[in-house]
Order: sequence, then C-alpha cells, then structure tokens
Amino acid sequence: MNARAELPLHAPGTTTDKGYIGQSVPRPNAQRLLQGRGTYVDDLRFPRLAHVVFYRSPYAHARVKRLDLSKAASQPGVIAVLDGRAVADYCKPWVGVLGHLKGIKSPPQFAIAIERACWQGEAVAAIVAESRAQGEDALQHVEAEWEELPVVTDMEQALAGKVVIHPDLGDNICFKREFDTGGVDETFAKADLVVEETYDFGRHTGVTLEGRSILADYNAAEHSLTVYHSTQAPHMMQDVFSRHLDIPEANVRVICKDVGGSFGIKVHVYPDEMATAAISVMLRRPVKFVADRLESFLTDIHAREHKARVRIACTKEGRILAFDLWDLTAIGPYSVYPRTSGIEGNQVVNLTGGPYKHKLYRAQMNVVFTNKNVTCQYRAVGHPIAVAVTEGIVDLAAEKLGIDPAEFRRRNLIPDDAYPYTFASGIKFEQLSHHKSLDKLLALMGYENLRAEQADLRQRGVHRGIGLAAMIEVTNPSPSFYGVGGARISAQDGATLRLEPTGMVTCISSVTEQGQGAEGAFAQIAASAVGVTLDKVRVITGDTGVTPYGGGTWASRGAGIGGEAVLQAGRALRSNILDVAAHILNADGGELDIVGNEIVNRLTLESKLPLAELGRIAYFRPDTLPMKFQSELTVTRHYTPREYGFTFTNGIQACHVEVDVETGFVKLLKHWCVEDCGTVINPMLVDEQIRGGVVQGIGAALYEECLYSAEGQLLNGSLADYLVPMAAEMPDIVVAHIETPTRQSDLGAKGTGEAGTAGAPGAVMNAINDALRPFKARVTAQPFTPQRVLQALGKV
Amino acid sequence: MDETLVTTLIVNGTTVTRRVPARQHLSDFLRDELGLTGSHTACEHGACGACTVRVDGAIVRGCLMLAVQANGRKVDTIEGLSDSGEIADLQRAFHVRNALQCGFCTPGMLMAAQDLLASRPEATREEVREHLSGNYCRCTGYQAIVDAVEDVLASRRGART
Repeated sequence: MNARAELPLHAPGTTTDKGYIGQSVPRPNAQRLLQGRGTYVDDLRFPRLAHVVFYRSPYAHARVKRLDLSKAASQPGVIAVLDGRAVADYCKPWVGVLGHLKGIKSPPQFAIAIERACWQGEAVAAIVAESRAQGEDALQHVEAEWEELPVVTDMEQALAGKVVIHPDLGDNICFKREFDTGGVDETFAKADLVVEETYDFGRHTGVTLEGRSILADYNAAEHSLTVYHSTQAPHMMQDVFSRHLDIPEANVRVICKDVGGSFGIKVHVYPDEMATAAISVMLRRPVKFVADRLESFLTDIHAREHKARVRIACTKEGRILAFDLWDLTAIGPYSVYPRTSGIEGNQVVNLTGGPYKHKLYRAQMNVVFTNKNVTCQYRAVGHPIAVAVTEGIVDLAAEKLGIDPAEFRRRNLIPDDAYPYTFASGIKFEQLSHHKSLDKLLALMGYENLRAEQADLRQRGVHRGIGLAAMIEVTNPSPSFYGVGGARISAQDGATLRLEPTGMVTCISSVTEQGQGAEGAFAQIAASAVGVTLDKVRVITGDTGVTPYGGGTWASRGAGIGGEAVLQAGRALRSNILDVAAHILNADGGELDIVGNEIVNRLTLESKLPLAELGRIAYFRPDTLPMKFQSELTVTRHYTPREYGFTFTNGIQACHVEVDVETGFVKLLKHWCVEDCGTVINPMLVDEQIRGGVVQGIGAALYEECLYSAEGQLLNGSLADYLVPMAAEMPDIVVAHIETPTRQSDLGAKGTGEAGTAGAPGAVMNAINDALRPFKARVTAQPFTPQRVLQALGKV
Repeated sequence: MDETLVTTLIVNGTTVTRRVPARQHLSDFLRDELGLTGSHTACEHGACGACTVRVDGAIVRGCLMLAVQANGRKVDTIEGLSDSGEIADLQRAFHVRNALQCGFCTPGMLMAAQDLLASRPEATREEVREHLSGNYCRCTGYQAIVDAVEDVLASRRGART
C-alpha cells in the first residue's frame, strides 16, 4: 500500500471529516423493493424451466422397503422421477465435520436419502415436471412401503444411547467438549453461596418469509452451471457445487439477487438444493426448487433445543467466583454441512459467563443425534443460550444475596480498563465497555423510577418485572472459526472500486445483501473514502462471476470485514485518481484532494476539475497524458481479521413486562438495548438490525417452538400453528450505543446483526421472573407460554 | 383436475383475459400469468399477508382467492399503486425510516398500510400496530414500519387541513 492510501477518511481541513460515516442515510437499493420490483429467485423466468418437487418421508425413522415411482412418472407434465441412487450418480455425499472440533462425527449424507429416512421430511424421491402444480399432483402417485425403525426424539435418551440412530458411529454423540480451568470443586465447596438451575430451550427456526429458493441452469456445451440462489455465501456454494457435482470451480457461477430474509437459514448446504442442481445437470435444462411453508418447517435448519444446568459460586458480598455448566443439545440425524452442527454447543461453552470477571470455569457439553429435523447455525448461534443461562443464574444469585440485579452486575462485570482481557473460557477480548453500557442503559430506562413504580403497582396487584441481560457477541470471525478446521469458507472479503468515465463510482463487494443494508453501508464508506456524494456510488454484490472472492454474510461480519475492504479500496482509488489529476492539472498530487465529486485544492478547496471530466480524459483521451503514465481507476482490496479469533462486542438489554397472573399472559411494555459495535456506519441501519434481532429473540422467548410428538412428527408446520411475533404484541425498542472502535481495522466497525437476538430471551426471562418474585415462582423453559407461566404459579 | 375457465379482469387499470385453471389462486395468476412478481407468496394459507392485493378496493389475501373469483373485478397490485403514485408518500416514509429490510413482506405491508391510511385517518399508534398484525415481517421488528405509517397519517392529515 503506498503512502497516500494511508490518508484519513477525509483530509484535514475539509468540512466533512468522516464523510457519510455515522449518518443515517436511507439505503439506495431499497427503492426497488418498495415498488415490488426486486428480483427474488422465484421471480426469474427461464425458457424450458423445469420444476422439482420432493417426495418426503412421512416417518421420523424408517427403511424404504419399496419405492415405486412408475405411476408418478406417467402423470401429465412429468419430465423425470428420480430416487436417491439416481441423483447420487451426479452428486457426491458429504460429511458435516470439521478438524478443529475434535472427535466430531456424522454419517455421509446424500442429496436424496437412499434406503433409509432419518427425519420426517427428509427427501427420498424427486419429481420433475413442467409446472410445480403438475409435480405436486404427481406426488400423490408415488407408492412407498416403509418399515418403521426405532425413533429417538428425546435428548437424554439419545445421550443414554439405548437406541443408536447410526450404528456405524457406535453411539448418538456427534460431538462433546469438556473444559476446566481447575479449582472449581474446591471453590464451590468453600463458597458463601452456591445457586443452581436448569434451563430448557425449545427448537425454533428462522421463518424467512421467502422460502429457500434455487434455480440451477446447466449448460451442457460448456459443462458449466449457473445457480441463482437465495443464499448468504455465494463463494462457499460455488465451491460446494463444484466439488460435489464434479464441475470445475471456474465453470460454476452462483448469483444471489434479492434475498427474502436469511438469518443464518440460508448459509447451509441443503440436500434438496443439491439435488436440484444435480437434476439440472442430469436433464441439461434449468430446474427450480422453492420450499413451500410446510417444507420450510420440515427442512430449514432448526436451532437451539438445549438443556443447560448451571451452577455458580459467590461470596456473600456478591462476587462471582466460578461457573459450572452442563449443556446438552440435540441436532437431528446429521451434522449439517459444511459448518457442522457442533458450533452452537461449542459457542455455549465459549460464551457462558462471558461478561464477568470470575477466573474459574468448568463446562461439559454434549451434542447428540435425534430423529428430528437437523439444527445448525441460526442468528446469534449459541448466544441466546449462553446469555439466558448466565443472566438467569446471576439474577438468582443476586436475589439470594438480597442485592439489586443491576448492582450485582456492576460488581462482577469485567472492568472497562482491564483490556486486552482473556476470559476464563480462553476467548480474548480486545476492548469492551460493559460498565459504560450498564450505566447508559440504567439512565436510558430510568431504572430507579421503574423499580419504584414496580413496588407501587405490586401493592395494587399489578405485577411488572424488569429484566437485565448483559452479553458479549462474536463478530468479524477470523479464519479460526471455520478455515482452520478445513472448511473451504473464506474469512476474507474483498471490494473492487472503479471510477467510471462519468465520474460515478462502482463498488463491487463479496459480501451479500440480505436486507440488512450492507450495500447501503458500503456506498457510504465508498463515497466517504473516495470523496464523492452518495448518489455517485453504485454497489454490486452477489455474483461469483463478478465480485472479489469472499465469505459473504454471516456471523455479523459484513460491515466489519467487507466494509474495511471497501474503505481500503476507496482510499487506493482516491490516491490513483489524484495521480491522474496531478498529470492533467500539472500539479503536485499532494496539493489536491477530492471533495464533492471534484478535484479541489486541498487547502483552499478551490475547484480544479470535475471527476466526470477526469474520467473522460482518462478513458477517452489518455493520449493527452504523459507517455509513461497509465491510469489505474479500478482497484481491489481485501481484508481478513487475524489478530483476534473474533472481534467481540458487548451490550446489555433490559425488558419491562407485565404478567397477568390469572391468565399467564406476558405483555411486553418496553425493551432497551445499549450496544457497542465500534464505529457506527449508519445509526439507523444499526438500530434496525438491533430491533429486528430483539424481536426474533422475543419470538424465541415467548412464542416460537417447533413442536414434535414422541414419534418425531412435527405438530405445527404452518404459520397458523407456529407463532411468530406480530406488530400488535411487540413493544417499542429503545436503542443506544457506546462506540469503542476495534483497532484491528481502520474502519473500526464490529458487527451488530445478532446482538438483539443474543440478549433478548435472557432479558425477557429475567423480567418475567422478576414479576413473579412475590409468588416465589420462576420460569426456566422457553418459550414462556401462558401455560408455563401458570404452571410456575401452581395454577395448572 | 385442470379445468380451465376464461377469466376477464382489470389489473392495474388494464383489462386482461386469460384461460386459467379453476384451482389457480390469484397470487399465482398475477405472478405466473401476468408476470406481476411484486406480490409474494410466503405461506399460501392466509397467515402471513405477503400476497396482499386489492380487489374492488378491499385488501385480500391473493393466496386465498381463486383467480376465477376475480372475474369481472378490479385488481390492484403493488406495481399499479407504485406507477399511479397513490402510495408515493408511504413508500418514501418507508424508505426514510428503513421500514423494510429484505423487502419480501413490503408490498403486502404497503397494501395493508394504505388500507388503514385511507379508511382510518385518525388511527392511533396502537391501532396501526393492530391493523398491521395480519402482515408478518421477520426483519424489522415492526417499529420502523409503525413509525413510517404514523408519519404518513400525520402528513396526510396535515395536507387535508
């Protein structure tokens, strides 16, 4: 990098020191979505497009004795009928394990199951037809005979292992981890106070309004595959399609246009999507699959389903000495490829107790197979479990010691001047701001007044509760998250910036847009770094044939990693533009700057040359420039965080509820979040990420659960039966920030996409339990339905 | 199974005639037959509201109405409301407030919001939340949407006085 690329965002002396950084400007690319003129996969129209539908197992665990597809094949419009073996000839199976999760195991998984289905909804045959309706008609004519096999749906039975789902693996344990700093038993034996509680977490899922969607278009002449995919990780999928369909990577192009919600649901390899791509190769024509809502509930990854027992040891002054955790989580019959289903449990071990300064910690965690749909990484991976467990037990300890929960946290949060800091679990924090965040939260919510009001209302039989939840959050992951384990998932992202002849700047990023506003943030960074107005920037994402190579959107990494690449590319482009300007103007480049789409004198800001004129000369009249000078008005830069495993953020949430102790209904009155995501690029977009995340966390806490019968049948696979938060029930959410920029990057941005979801369930739980305190009742099993609240109160 | 019927309706002001399968719902008809892909289907059982369109001035779930039931009627979609400028202020408020993220629910949400704006100009914040509860959004947490609708309620009230 040359010296000029080290320039600050804007040169000293300009009036716009930070350009658009920190401004709440609307997202330019949202306009098309507001007119219904976006392009989601299902909006694409292709000649000879075929539609695939799947015949799915009606049983949670069963052997296929006979599968007769002949009648289905003869139905109107049917193009092909395929079983697992036929598709396996075109698509190699996969195994969802990673090297750094020691001992993790999972059986090979096929695009379409062969002989045996291991969860209700697993695809066992595909029907390809001229229309989706014809395909679904033909499904009624599939004849199958099944032999039901023993079903394991209970986590603890899975762990006990009387019935083993995959006999070749020996037991039902996919992955286990034990961690021990030492000294835990001795400390518990001597502690003034030991509290213990067990928390249960139901399964839920992302419910992206746009179902998983893929349109694969194989070109036999080129042996090339173009995949239009609703995904978060186009390059990861390019690699997967290449290796499993045996097509050279350079011949695979993944295009990700508008995505109708993802939240981690669309970052995994799904068997039905792999089958769709394979079928396009087999049939040499474009093939589309769009999951309908029932298929989404049956096959989109689920998440959570943990049982966690936690103990803490404290002094009577309220100092936490040690945490002791036992966690059990069930992931369905396969570890999901390629990120594995061991990560959520692993994160629970890493993060539990994370905001606090105790030195002693022991954890034992088991990940087990069951005959339900698979689980994997969904927004906030592991955090909602770790935060709820930690904050629940911390509140209980505070109550036993008669210490106010805010004060108890103040005594135990890692001090703001203690960084860099290594937490008991071994994770490293660069710089956090727990105490500043706590102080800001308490002021923002008027904590003392709310406590006074609570006491007052209790006298009148109104039961309100205040719940706090401090948190740490994994963002900007380094290659230690996936790459070191052998996953071909990029930890790096890149940005290409190009000055167009018209003076426009095109910004092409490997991070994808899922609605979070990455493209808007990149436009702000690019405009600021180059020196142009926002309307002069166009952002392009989501096409492996076009963008730099990169990881995409997951683990709260888009702004922090992709944004830094844009910043560096923008600085380099500005430097190159000034080189051109210096030649045109016969000036010293050091005297020039770019402000408001013009080359100006750095000190006087006198206008020297519009960028459009510079572009005209550089592209169309370079003959007027010195013979040995070549302008370089397209630059690419990359960024990978490497100094820390993760760039941790911190924050704290508070929830205010009113519990109707007669009906068990919980009314959300208000919710607050103070979060430190470092440099805030666009406050509005950050606040909206927090709010949306909080509401998904509230959904988990109060409404959402994928309910299964003991036989492994999903009981609520529709949006009429599976409850999601609606506008009327949601509270207003107040968001505020502490800004502690990371020093690992010039931009200083950490991630923020998952913080809301991480902390909200714990805050809601603590608020309900605070309301129930006079009744000596506690809820510990999510979701906290009216029935569970009444059970806690002993009323049902 | 695939009985078809000739159906004539006015979509966004233009009369169209098609022979449509009797079982085809209005959303599939608009999307697949007319290429009006702004109306989305997300549950196809009337819960989520992403397919909301207007038939003879009233908002309906496009997935719960058959295309043939729209015979002889006026259907307005997000594309029509956008081009006529009817909801330009509402779209602007959504944009300024970032009242959309992925945008998949947005056309249906705008339809429902415009229905409220037209029928209940004095609606309170609680009534806005109540009215929009038939339209699911998984991204925003709803607050920005409610704020945007309140902004337009106020500005339209101001414009009338």
